[in-house]
Amino acid sequence: MSSQYKLIRCTINGRAVEQMVDVRASLTDMLRNDFRLTSVKKGCEVGECGACNVIIDGECFNSCLYLAAWADGKSIRTLEGLMGPNGELSDIQQAFIDEAAIQCGFCTPGFIMTAVEILESGKEYTDGELRKLLSGHLCRCTGYENILRAVKKTMYKRLGKTQS
Amino acid sequence: MRKNVGQSKTRVDAFDKAAGRAKYTEDLCDRGALTTRLVHAAVAHGLVTAVDTAEAEQVPGVVRVFTCFDVPENCFPTAGHPWSTDPRHQDVCDRLLLSRHVRYYGDDVAVVVAEDDVAAARAAALVRVSYEELPFVLDVQEAMKPDAPQIHENFPGNVLAHTQIRTGDYEAASREPGLLKVEGWYDTPTVQHCHIENHICTAHMEGDRVTVTSSTQIPHIVRRICGQALGVPWGKIRVLKPYIGGGFGNKQDALYEPLCAWLTTQLGGRLVKIDCRREETFVNNRVRHAIRTHIISWVRPDGTFAARKIECFSNQGAYASHGHAVAAKGMGAFPQLYPCENVEGDAWTVFTNRPAAGAMRGYGIPQAMWASECHMDDVAKALGQDPVEYRRQVVMPKGYVDGFSKNENYYDTFRQVMDKGVEAIDYRRKREAYASQTGPVRRGVGMALFWYNTAVWPISLESSSCRMVLNQDGSVQVQTGETEIGQGCDTAYAQMAADVIGIPFEDVHVVSTQDTDVTPFGTGAYASRQTYVGGFAIEQTGSMLKKKILDCASEITRQTPANLDVIDGQIVRISDGRTLMSLGELAAEVLYSLEHSQHLTAESTYQIKNNAYSFGCTFAEVEVDIPMCRVKLLDIVNVHDCGRLINPALAEAQVHGGMSMGIGYGLSEQLLFDPKTGKPLNNNLLDYKLSTFMDHPNLRVFFVENPEPTSPFGTKALGEPPACSPAPAIRNAILNATGVSVNNAPMTPHVLFARFKEGGVL
Repeated sequence: MSSQYKLIRCTINGRAVEQMVDVRASLTDMLRNDFRLTSVKKGCEVGECGACNVIIDGECFNSCLYLAAWADGKSIRTLEGLMGPNGELSDIQQAFIDEAAIQCGFCTPGFIMTAVEILESGKEYTDGELRKLLSGHLCRCTGYENILRAVKKTMYKRLGKTQS
Repeated sequence: MRKNVGQSKTRVDAFDKAAGRAKYTEDLCDRGALTTRLVHAAVAHGLVTAVDTAEAEQVPGVVRVFTCFDVPENCFPTAGHPWSTDPRHQDVCDRLLLSRHVRYYGDDVAVVVAEDDVAAARAAALVRVSYEELPFVLDVQEAMKPDAPQIHENFPGNVLAHTQIRTGDYEAASREPGLLKVEGWYDTPTVQHCHIENHICTAHMEGDRVTVTSSTQIPHIVRRICGQALGVPWGKIRVLKPYIGGGFGNKQDALYEPLCAWLTTQLGGRLVKIDCRREETFVNNRVRHAIRTHIISWVRPDGTFAARKIECFSNQGAYASHGHAVAAKGMGAFPQLYPCENVEGDAWTVFTNRPAAGAMRGYGIPQAMWASECHMDDVAKALGQDPVEYRRQVVMPKGYVDGFSKNENYYDTFRQVMDKGVEAIDYRRKREAYASQTGPVRRGVGMALFWYNTAVWPISLESSSCRMVLNQDGSVQVQTGETEIGQGCDTAYAQMAADVIGIPFEDVHVVSTQDTDVTPFGTGAYASRQTYVGGFAIEQTGSMLKKKILDCASEITRQTPANLDVIDGQIVRISDGRTLMSLGELAAEVLYSLEHSQHLTAESTYQIKNNAYSFGCTFAEVEVDIPMCRVKLLDIVNVHDCGRLINPALAEAQVHGGMSMGIGYGLSEQLLFDPKTGKPLNNNLLDYKLSTFMDHPNLRVFFVENPEPTSPFGTKALGEPPACSPAPAIRNAILNATGVSVNNAPMTPHVLFARFKEGGVL
């Protein structure tokens, strides 16, 4: 049994944690089951839909394809980590609300985390580039239209520019 | 007074969903739940002769293995239709919890229950199933042939149902001299809903009752079906519906809830979970009916129709599910759109050895509009007329009354939506500019109309029940049986309730989680009915609550009730506009009164015996690379008349999603099967080409707001309509670009290659 479990140390949403993980478990399993971070959604568990996307050391990954054991030493961010200390939402979360980019809400956490990666790059992207950067996520409710509006609006706001 | 209806209010669930704290079925499931893995048939048609579970049962962590020989003999229906107390109108009962007679590749033969997923998966792979294999059939017209394999004993020729339309005398009318005959066959594919949350359910027992938590659109219907499947009184079942990650009709069916409910009864009431994998969602839930349609139009030189014939062949797949209702609704929309005195129609719904087809956004109308609107462009072309101008001449006129539903077309909506679309896409200029292209890459514009009947009356029951409870602070809980599935009805209901009672939007608390023990009876989310039908119940119940409030206010303030109103949460004397007390003060006074304490609630059912037409169109512009057989969608515009908009921002967002689904229907989506084995070939999100962020231009939406006279809020269907017309509009744009008519959706490069060859452009 000993080889089947491994102790990992990592940071989740800014908090240092230690956890025994089954070496076969995905990071999705660990985040959902051990830490009850249920914003990490399961839509396919083979890296097709993007619902389980989280940020690991600044880069987005489908956590269903990422072993929990690999998280050792890493810093992981999920949607739950975006909320401010007083329960306030981040600008990108608020933009998803304001632009009516949320319907059933199941793809929303994954999309917002990719949006965070895009926004934190500090770069200005064209619509075509934004579409490509966001294309790892599937959504059946929104046709992606308002998600694009929300990301674009926040990008320009953070860059201090007016939207063209 | 309508202060909230018509405003783009923020969704009532938006904050929780943006924050990641909205809970869906799996998020609520205790970690100690037993998990399951289904064993699926590896033949398309056959009889299970034996299931060997010995090896599987040895896997550590396995609790039990149940096979098709273990389940009760209660045949049950699965369709999410209101139950009919008339046996002639009840859904077909053709399901057992697990199948001895395997009718499609992937049918459920056994189920492993285990302590964890790994044990369940390992054990499922070790279950040995023996079959007596039978010949199978995948094509709908092949299945109707006399020598075709028989899939259900009670349905000779595999025909689940056949219905007819006979108006006037088609044969005689088609012999009128000087008529032009336009004929075509139009095919639509098997597609899947692809909500991002797979279907999932859990079940456990409390006392002698089973509690099922499910990702479903229809909790009260699922309760009934679980009762039927288990052979227990329906009150022994309680169904909970938390937030759900999309449904689109797939979850308007009892999926694995009956099996899950039965499993817990076999396991001492322990919590059991059935969590579909994506591959299972594609095959073992429901799909959209592939419908092949044959249309013949006999057209006079002036463009009017002398006679029309339609035949629909609907591929039901292995089990009846929603059955013929889908093809019947599709064909039923044919005679009215372009009225003609002599119509002959036949619709067949036929069993095949494919996954069972059920409800999906549009319920037969996307298939019908594909056929109708492709055909209309063929007719316009044969007449040498512009497709928009031609439709303007022959489309359903203002004042048209449908003989069956008694619905009226109250406005000249079709021409209004076409005018908007023409302008938005700059149709006339582009049509002219694209008239004489010769190169390998050509552009075109095209359009398609649709109409859709809101709700299910007069086919079936249409009622909604609502409960409102006044809290001590003057806020109000609202419950209805019509479910929030992502479409936004909870928000629309809050807007309506706020206006009817006279309280601020923020003071309405819509209870989103449904619980059949607590939630008033309602049939759920389908048929684009929630806002329309729920609106009646909210109007009625809100008015009842308001009357009770004013009676109490009258008692406390000693004013006549007729001189009192509730405005913005205040009790106001109408004659001088003076605020006498707040609703919160009133509620607290009434609840805690030492003389006359009351709990102020209202509850009522509203049954409607009418419904409403919803209309619209799509305009599309494409660029076709003929040698590459590739279509690029450059621009797409949907125009809708869904009556008065309750929430313009949410309405627009909902249209975007429907357009996206319609684009996939036209260009990329289809579930494929191996003709040699019947095995599904692409039941995953990589190989099944769902539209991605890269596959759309900006989606543009316009509305024509003609208030629906039958609705207290002037509203009617919007949920399904946006998916009905994009595919034929794209097809007609390709026709405009290339001169080639493509009658098979999706219009993939494979399909286009063959047609471009035949059409002489390749």
